[in-house]
Amino acid sequence: MTIADFSQRMVVGFILLMLASFASATVTVKDYGYPLTDRYAATVVGTPEGYEARLPEYIPFKKRWLTVFPERQLPDLLWYGKEMIYSVALQKKAAPLIFLIAGTGAAHNGGKNTNMARAFYQAGFHVVALSSPTYPNFVTSASSTGVVGDAQRDAADLYHVMEMIWAELDEDIDATSFNLTGYSLGGFNSAYVAKLDEERKTFNFRRVLLINPPVSLYNSISLLDRMTQSIPGGEDNFAGFFERLVQGFSKIYKDEDDIGGDFLYKAYKAMHLQNEELAALIGVSFRISSGSMVFTSDVMTDYGFVKPKGLELDRYADLTVYDQVLSRVGFTDYYHDFFYPYYKADYPQMSRDEFIAAIGLHSIADYLRNSPKITVMHNQDDIILEPGEIEFFNEVFGDRATIYPHGGHCGNMNYRDNVAHMVATFTGEAQ
Amino acid sequence: MMDQPSARAAIICLALSLAACGSSPPAKHQDYPEPVFAAQRIVPANAVDIQKVYDPWEGMNKRIYNFNYYFDRWVFLPVVRGWEAAVPRPARVGVHNFFENFRDVRTMANSLLQASPGKFFQSTGRVLVNSTIGLFGLIDVASSMGMPKPDEDFGQTLGHWGVGTGPYLVLPLLGPSNLRDGVGLVPDFMLQDYIQNDLLAQPVRATAFLFDSIDTRAHTTFRYYETGSAFEYQTVRWLYTTKRELDVEK
Repeated sequence: MTIADFSQRMVVGFILLMLASFASATVTVKDYGYPLTDRYAATVVGTPEGYEARLPEYIPFKKRWLTVFPERQLPDLLWYGKEMIYSVALQKKAAPLIFLIAGTGAAHNGGKNTNMARAFYQAGFHVVALSSPTYPNFVTSASSTGVVGDAQRDAADLYHVMEMIWAELDEDIDATSFNLTGYSLGGFNSAYVAKLDEERKTFNFRRVLLINPPVSLYNSISLLDRMTQSIPGGEDNFAGFFERLVQGFSKIYKDEDDIGGDFLYKAYKAMHLQNEELAALIGVSFRISSGSMVFTSDVMTDYGFVKPKGLELDRYADLTVYDQVLSRVGFTDYYHDFFYPYYKADYPQMSRDEFIAAIGLHSIADYLRNSPKITVMHNQDDIILEPGEIEFFNEVFGDRATIYPHGGHCGNMNYRDNVAHMVATFTGEAQ
Repeated sequence: MMDQPSARAAIICLALSLAACGSSPPAKHQDYPEPVFAAQRIVPANAVDIQKVYDPWEGMNKRIYNFNYYFDRWVFLPVVRGWEAAVPRPARVGVHNFFENFRDVRTMANSLLQASPGKFFQSTGRVLVNSTIGLFGLIDVASSMGMPKPDEDFGQTLGHWGVGTGPYLVLPLLGPSNLRDGVGLVPDFMLQDYIQNDLLAQPVRATAFLFDSIDTRAHTTFRYYETGSAFEYQTVRWLYTTKRELDVEK
């Protein structure tokens, strides 16, 4: 070891010590082996093969349908959305039950929920997986108003659905306790659902785990909206950027025998994507899912956001023009020009900024601070948090927050240590 | 079983009658108040639609898409569920492997037509191994041995020799396709039919087409309208088109 090496290590060691003393209350994660240290790459690529938790290939994860509002009449364009779809994996004997809530725009049986279902089913839980309230099927079938994004209202809608599901399941299975988790927006939803449960007491949740939740919803969607601006050459150059991505993808696809689990990781490595490009990709994928939610709400309520008010679209209608508009409208636009005006009358005493600011974990911080059953799993480098927002979790949850040093936004959710952590949170073996 | 010529005739008639109905007439936007975000203000005139797919038969396609949903709901998926309930998993795997073996034969033939020796030898190797050690294809020994499984059909062969896709086409029962790939199904089907006729005893032969269809549906996770998104049709259209484009290049 040279002198220069040695002094460099001293400096690094000193800095680490300094940092450690600041983060005293939080659970620090040592020797963390999740391999992607870049926050954008982690978010896009997820967990490479070989680092994933070993989970059963097959579990009886089955879809079920629930009519939440029997009287509801849907516009013809959304004719198929009357029943809410969810998934369950049920044990044969009495077991604890866990509800999973998916993240923004994600389905009950999307990749992350399915993986969690495997982990919890393997650990002996009854699993009930729900879509995000922002998933179009939830908007049409289970949202009381058809306009989602208000934390309290969404929690009430979720709670209503969970009660209905349990009323059905109760006939067939025994649940020894009720538990709750969710990732991303689903983690945020879980906090509000847990709070509502303190009043309603249907479930008396035993444990609740929030995975990579936003702190302020508006801050997070602003960050995601801004990511579309990272498209090299600006938003107008999106077509060119997209073309390049597809070409890069195609090159790898041609050389691969199958598009198995590691395809994305290989694609990422081979394509040498820059951070701005990865950010653009995240921004665009967020915009696609939020766009389809916003359009669903617009059609459900005939608000006149992108579809002219009064115009009735049938199930065969050509939607190209709305698709084009929505690819240019952000989620923040939805909040300002649809969501807020839609609910304004319900909260006459609040300004627009106050109303939007109220949708955040700050507003229920006291509850979270004093609820030992609620824990948090987050990443220091999560891309949906403003600088410094991660401190909220240290400050409010103390040693009930585990902050991993990297993993981006939910990128490490399938990593074996994280899966073990999730399961242990509910089986009570660790912590 | 319905004999095939009349089944095909029925499908063609259905397609023709549906072609007569166009997509819903575009609404005159000036009859309605302008929405908060109106296309004429938001979308630049030179905007490129990245998900653009040539789809002059959109009206007909959307009706077939809708029809396929109902067919799935009332016929296809109940039959698949019955199949899964009645037949134990190992037997279903055997049936699946058996038909997959014919896919490998299809790949053999099309690799030959594409003058692609690599894929031809890969698929021939698979067929030889699976048809012998694998007991007439019931066991997929080749995959267990790690032999690659290329997938070529006549639509790709046409594409390989420069035939364009033609208009996007949603096929009754079969789903997303395009004119080229739809036409390509015919020789592929005839090849499989020809070998099956040679190979299978009469009672099995008669039901092979039926079981192949059930097995294929059981292995296709796609469900019409289940994303809940109003844009599902165009998303599926774009995904199908892009994937086929890549498959042809592959």
